[in-house]
Amino acid sequence: MSKLLEITDLSTHFFTRDGVARAIDNVSLSVDRGEILGLVGESGSGKSVTGFSILGLVDPPGRVVSGQILFDGQDLVKGGERLMRSLRGRRIAMIFQDPMMTLNPVLRIDTQMVETVLAHEKVSRSKALERSREALVAVGISAPDERLQSYPHQFSGGMRQRVAIAIALLHKPDLIIADEPTTALDVTIQAQILSEVQQLCANSGTALIWITHDLAVVSGLADRLAVMYAGRIIEEGPTADLISAPMHPYTKGLIESVPKGKQHGALLTQIKGMTPSLLKLPSGCKFNPRCPRADAACQTEPDLDPVIGTDRHVRCIHPHAEAGA
Amino acid sequence: MIVYLIRRFGQSLLAIAAMAVLVFLGVYAIGNPVDVLINPEATQAEIAATTERLGLDKPLYEQFGIFVVNMFQGDLGTSFVFGRPAMDVILDRLPATMELAMVALILSVGIGVPLGVWAGLRPDSIAGRTIMGGSILGFSLPNFWQGMLLILVFAVLLGWLPAGGRGTTTEFLGMQVSFLTLDGLSHMILPAINLALFKMSLIIRLTRANTREVVLQDYVKFARAKGISSRRVVMVHILKNIMIPVITIIGLELGSMVAFAIVTETVFAWPGMGKLLIDSINLLDRPVIVAYLMLTVLIIVSINLFVDILYSILDPRVRLSEMKG
Repeated sequence: MSKLLEITDLSTHFFTRDGVARAIDNVSLSVDRGEILGLVGESGSGKSVTGFSILGLVDPPGRVVSGQILFDGQDLVKGGERLMRSLRGRRIAMIFQDPMMTLNPVLRIDTQMVETVLAHEKVSRSKALERSREALVAVGISAPDERLQSYPHQFSGGMRQRVAIAIALLHKPDLIIADEPTTALDVTIQAQILSEVQQLCANSGTALIWITHDLAVVSGLADRLAVMYAGRIIEEGPTADLISAPMHPYTKGLIESVPKGKQHGALLTQIKGMTPSLLKLPSGCKFNPRCPRADAACQTEPDLDPVIGTDRHVRCIHPHAEAGA
Repeated sequence: MIVYLIRRFGQSLLAIAAMAVLVFLGVYAIGNPVDVLINPEATQAEIAATTERLGLDKPLYEQFGIFVVNMFQGDLGTSFVFGRPAMDVILDRLPATMELAMVALILSVGIGVPLGVWAGLRPDSIAGRTIMGGSILGFSLPNFWQGMLLILVFAVLLGWLPAGGRGTTTEFLGMQVSFLTLDGLSHMILPAINLALFKMSLIIRLTRANTREVVLQDYVKFARAKGISSRRVVMVHILKNIMIPVITIIGLELGSMVAFAIVTETVFAWPGMGKLLIDSINLLDRPVIVAYLMLTVLIIVSINLFVDILYSILDPRVRLSEMKG
């Protein structure tokens, strides 16, 4: 059976006044049913745009310019608005970064949940309300009847994110795209939400794309990781392999910049330099100006090549050896 | 909520009191009405008698005292010109102005909000740009000139609509109104458009600015990600959010529309309060001017009070914080 989601050579560009920003360029990804994929990268690396491209929600001046997104055999790029609307919320759901902003402040929770049910199913209002109630219970919200009558401002941030997750789960989607859903939350709430999402997905067999800049969070959650840099995937593979033996110098840099706790008082390792502007990308390998291993060969851009004998891919001419040396 | 209402009501009373002082002093400062009213060849004794009859010989504070005491009894003085209570004279004219303002309001909201939303959703389209260009004309061309142009085109050149007056009126709830007869309605179209144009332009610009702001919000994107129709996204999620500031402006503008329909009423010889004010100023009919200004204050203050209440109904966040306050 083919994979649930297969993205091939997807490019989404933003046509701004200052030029074309290649937010994502030739991105290929795949997610299996029930799999959790961690999509990791810095701000502006294109991870959120990837998520929005899948849902067909890239706002102008942005546009998917080429590539293919196969979801359960259907091409979403060619599918058109009608197909997209029938999939959004029903088979592909999304959770956003800031729970304070994702719920409409002037509409009650029940309105916002019921409309989601009714958008895809012809059921009575009371039935839709009952479904919403169940979804709130599933994400651990107590007194759901009372909560349904409330407005978003009467909830805490963590509660709002739970409501957003409940909305995403209403139709038991095949795929949830979670765009940094815990970044805006307290660490304790973050851990709760993480374990709950993991459990809910495992129970319902939902695949998950977890977009984050926080390697520490995603490494305990994801089955596979894909690391993005400057609109490209530069390394991809099973989480344990990628964390223990990163092959791309950028991935290695990312992992080393996470505080370990042992080296108290020691300086944290940094990746020198800044993320390049999407309007003025360096030639050749996009990481070469910041890369400690760069040489003349890096002036031509490498492909995302499979690593022989493993389940990994890396886009580097001088990758670190697999042992992690 | 009750505490809030009481406090808000107190503020309104204070505003009315302050206005009473200003109006009385302001009107007292302009000319001597006896000079205008009496026959130029009258003797000194006749002038003195008239001055005494109108109560103009008493010191200022005493006149003000009488004015305030009478005002509390609902008596704002007797018109020098008509010889009837000033309030009656104005109330005779009130329905004409009110219905004109109401029709103008309906026009400006009914046309302004949809056009504004349209221009806000498609800011770069030809239609969007045309709407914005038109709105600039709408509020930068002088009101009286717009009125005269409307008369020139529709009454003189095309001859479709009458140029002035109120047409046939009928009794409705004890008032004489034009909008229920075909003739009255045809008389009303041009002045209503004239009065509406400025407000419409204002509402278009406000709605467009708000729409552009709201469509960028995460909750709009989240709503789309839920798969609900774009029609519902606009009509419920966006519209309800933009209506909050729009309602405020409509409230403020309704007050000024009633109060300052003067220009339109003069251009179209519409027998409303505005035209009465102009006539009264020319004749220095102080009680009518004072009564007019007091009534205007009362209307504007009441509308503001009403808008504040409406506002709290629309925006649950206001409701909550003010109930606490």
